[in-house]
Amino acid sequence: MSDFPWLLAMIVVPAAGAAVVAALPRGRDLLAKQVALGVSLLVFLLAVLATVAFDTGGPRFQLTTSVSWIADFGVSFALGVDGIALVMLLLIGLLVPVVLVASWADTMPAHRSMRSYVAWLLLLEAMMVGVFAATDVFLFYVFFEAMLVPMYFLIGSYGGPRRQYAAMKFFLYSLVGGLVMLASVIGLYVVSNSQLGQGTFAFDALRQLDIDPGVQKLLFIGFFVAFAIKAPLVPFHTWLPDSGAEAPIGGAVLLVGVLDKVGTFGFLRYCLPLFPDASRDLAPWILVLAVIGVLYAALLAMGQSDMKRLVSYTSIAHFGFIALGIFAFTTEAATGAVLYMVSHGIATGLLFLVIGMLIARGGSRHIRDYGGVAAKAPLLAGVFLIAGLASLSLPGTSSFVSELLVLIGAFPTRPVFTILATTGIILAALYILIMYQRTMHGPPRGVLLADDEPAAAVPAGTSGGATAVMDAPARTRSLRVQDLSRRELAVVAPLVALIVALGVYPQPLIDLVRPAVAATMDDVGSDPGGITPTHPGSEGTN
Amino acid sequence: MGAIQAPDLSLAALAPLLFVFGAAAVGVLVEAFAPRDVRHPVQVTLALVGMVGAFASTILLAGTREVTAGRALAVDGAALFLQAIIAALGALSVLLFAERSLDPARSAFVASAAVPAGSLRDVELATSERVQTEVYPLASFAVGGMMLFTAANDLLIMFVALEVLSLPLYLMSGLARRRRLLSQEAAVKYFLLGAFASAFFLYGLALVYGSTGSVQLADIRAASSADGTDTLLVLGLGLLVVGLMFKASVAPFHTWTPDVYQGAPTPVSAFMAAATKVAAFGAILRLLYVGFGTADWTWRPLVYGLAIVSMVVGAVLGLTQTDVKRMLAYSSIAHAGFLLTGVIGLSNDGSGSGLAATMFYLLTYGLTTLGIFAVVTLVRDGDGEATHLSQWAGLAQRSPLTAGLMTFFLLALAGIPLTSGFTGKFAVFRAAIEVGAWPLAVIALLASAVAAFFYLRLVVLMYFSDPAPDGPTVGVAGLPTTTVLAVTAAATLVLGIVPGSVLDLARSAAVLVG
Repeated sequence: MSDFPWLLAMIVVPAAGAAVVAALPRGRDLLAKQVALGVSLLVFLLAVLATVAFDTGGPRFQLTTSVSWIADFGVSFALGVDGIALVMLLLIGLLVPVVLVASWADTMPAHRSMRSYVAWLLLLEAMMVGVFAATDVFLFYVFFEAMLVPMYFLIGSYGGPRRQYAAMKFFLYSLVGGLVMLASVIGLYVVSNSQLGQGTFAFDALRQLDIDPGVQKLLFIGFFVAFAIKAPLVPFHTWLPDSGAEAPIGGAVLLVGVLDKVGTFGFLRYCLPLFPDASRDLAPWILVLAVIGVLYAALLAMGQSDMKRLVSYTSIAHFGFIALGIFAFTTEAATGAVLYMVSHGIATGLLFLVIGMLIARGGSRHIRDYGGVAAKAPLLAGVFLIAGLASLSLPGTSSFVSELLVLIGAFPTRPVFTILATTGIILAALYILIMYQRTMHGPPRGVLLADDEPAAAVPAGTSGGATAVMDAPARTRSLRVQDLSRRELAVVAPLVALIVALGVYPQPLIDLVRPAVAATMDDVGSDPGGITPTHPGSEGTN
Repeated sequence: MGAIQAPDLSLAALAPLLFVFGAAAVGVLVEAFAPRDVRHPVQVTLALVGMVGAFASTILLAGTREVTAGRALAVDGAALFLQAIIAALGALSVLLFAERSLDPARSAFVASAAVPAGSLRDVELATSERVQTEVYPLASFAVGGMMLFTAANDLLIMFVALEVLSLPLYLMSGLARRRRLLSQEAAVKYFLLGAFASAFFLYGLALVYGSTGSVQLADIRAASSADGTDTLLVLGLGLLVVGLMFKASVAPFHTWTPDVYQGAPTPVSAFMAAATKVAAFGAILRLLYVGFGTADWTWRPLVYGLAIVSMVVGAVLGLTQTDVKRMLAYSSIAHAGFLLTGVIGLSNDGSGSGLAATMFYLLTYGLTTLGIFAVVTLVRDGDGEATHLSQWAGLAQRSPLTAGLMTFFLLALAGIPLTSGFTGKFAVFRAAIEVGAWPLAVIALLASAVAAFFYLRLVVLMYFSDPAPDGPTVGVAGLPTTTVLAVTAAATLVLGIVPGSVLDLARSAAVLVG
């Protein structure tokens, strides 16, 4: 069973699905959605089966396939996963069908069809799988850049009012990062050419190189800039709030939930093992950026009135935590960081989805346009609360475990940074709870208010930014808001279940990622003693 | 007095040139003697036969490495590879010239170029369905000159080829059926500046001859490696390079490019942008690699600087353009800079993948550019092609296929993976980094990012903007344009996804004899 090319199938199936959906005749939107959902569930099934086939005690990269692709460049189409990549594939497999169901009833902007929307989503899924599954640096780069195209169209065609600006900004930021990385990728090739006698992009071969520290630093910076833009660290972050706010909800979930994880994944997979000396030398600077990100983004988040922007800023803060976990160079902290990547994907994904459901009801993205929703829509408010609490890492949610691991793991090596970052948790509680309280509790207000007299009813949800209208005491008004529908419950249920399940029992996930994390820390050669892994047997992976 | 020694002439090795020049010469006769109503099909067929024949013969000649015609011509891997590209691009351009279903007057070319623009006769002819057919022999001559250019092993032949390819282009630029004044202005501008550049080239030739006593590239190489500090030689090299860079539209010798691309009939712009670039870089590579070889004291700093200037000028000025054809002109200037990045990739021991990389890039760039200009010919309003950027707003809703093709070509020019543009860029940047020119490669990468902005801006317009109520219509392409679009799009995709065999071909063809 392990001979089956799981990873290739996970790329080919959604890509083919995208082609099929795009080729459907105009107006067959329902069929398009059904096909896409079927395809995405199939990919999820493949991801689960691949996980079953994966042996946590086995070699570092498993389920590998490799064929020569461009011989002149020494490039092969090489796929394979370690535990870290595998959990990301699971996350992709989970989120895409969820997003599809969540977008089921969306009305598309004028002249845009649901058909092309789901086609782009499926294409994006194929590219995302490719990014995480590639074990050839060139192939990774190809997917890394190609991934931009579907996301660009998702934001630009289906997004909010400033979508053109947001799409362009997203594309250019990522492209610049990617191109800087390309210079490093070619640089690696040249180094491998001189050291091995033959240029290669195979990750395993590149890992063996002994690169001069000065060169390492330059190459490291190339990769780092690309990843720091993707998983936005502070000076490179300004594109995310725009993209997150303007993207359609489905796009935003995948953008923040998965796409940006390519950055943190890249730190772990490429920066640390390929450039261990440079990683160690530059780690303090990166940690400074990470901690600034945690605090600065949290402060900015508090100042947002647009909920989608707010969540985007919280993500920047979370990426700071993840970077802290990675660049603390302990297995504990890095394991926490990987867990954080997963739980952030689920929790923030859920938060975006719930906010999307709220926006679908009220038509406004602004906190001030909502109030007292909990009274009329308790389920919606409940899920909102769970998503929010998961975001602020309440014990019992999956984020708590990961955040705790990051902080505990990082403290022995980087106490100052860790203490500073911990204050970010308090800020997180503030911005999440303020948003929750203002929209869900308090007196009914905002765009969901409607006159009780049917004759003089103000149509709900017409104005995008109209603030609370409480001016006419003579007329009685009350909230008109539907609670979650069955479809919406089906969207949120698996995510809520996972948040709780992984919060209570994260061990399977830890077992899955720890060998890969340990191997990465082994590569970087700095896992200072003091922290013994819980499973020493899994340390000796090659 | 002894008998004059006839130079050895290997006719077989010259078959590609003979095909094209033969077709061109016969075309002139057809123009003079054939009745008007059969001229168009005959001329198109003739031009295609010449170019396809040339293409086929380059394939049959593959592997030939010889110097012939009294050492004036080098028929080697690089020459044949580039000749094949030129012949193929030429044939595709002829198809674009031959398109008759897009313009209501059945042709993109003026019915009678000699009639003053705006005169009564001109107005009368503008709507007539008369087509002129001089453009086909002119194009054949230009293609012949380009092919000769890439094989010239001697500076005099190089100069002759330069003129043979340039003169028809000057004329062809002025043949637009619509906006004739703009077209004529373009032709005059191109002619004047081109004549200047030719003069530079000639002067450089004279200085090099004065310094080395020979116009043969091999002799120049021997002299330049022996005595590298000769001022005359360096000065001569500089002037030769100016002449060639002008043709390749490398900044700061690029000023003609936007005006000419904008004013010329779009199929001619396509032809110039694609084929002329290949020919000019063929000559640049041969002059620098064969004539000056590894004597990097001379040409390397010069090319290094020109590459940077060209990339920056092309990418930055491209940002401010509001006309699609002008934008593509600046894109062409930026790409000339990227190509020079590949030219740098020759290491001191004569190895390095620069030659193969540059040739591969020329192939990908030529095909993509031809495709993109072909799309431009489709988008029309009442006054011919709608080239103002604002007119392209919302095109995706009117014609998803056209917008999709355009987007694909634009992404290729921007160098996004899975298109040929990325493979080409990767090849030239690798060649540059291999010889240690990584600062140049980094600048090139940043310039690519800037250039990507203006390519994407058009994508934004087409997809994310709403169409104007009186926007342009998308013409229904006839068979010739459809063929061009299909071939160029397929090539752009295939060279992006499975470029292996063509890269190998370029590598094995990367041989210059001298």
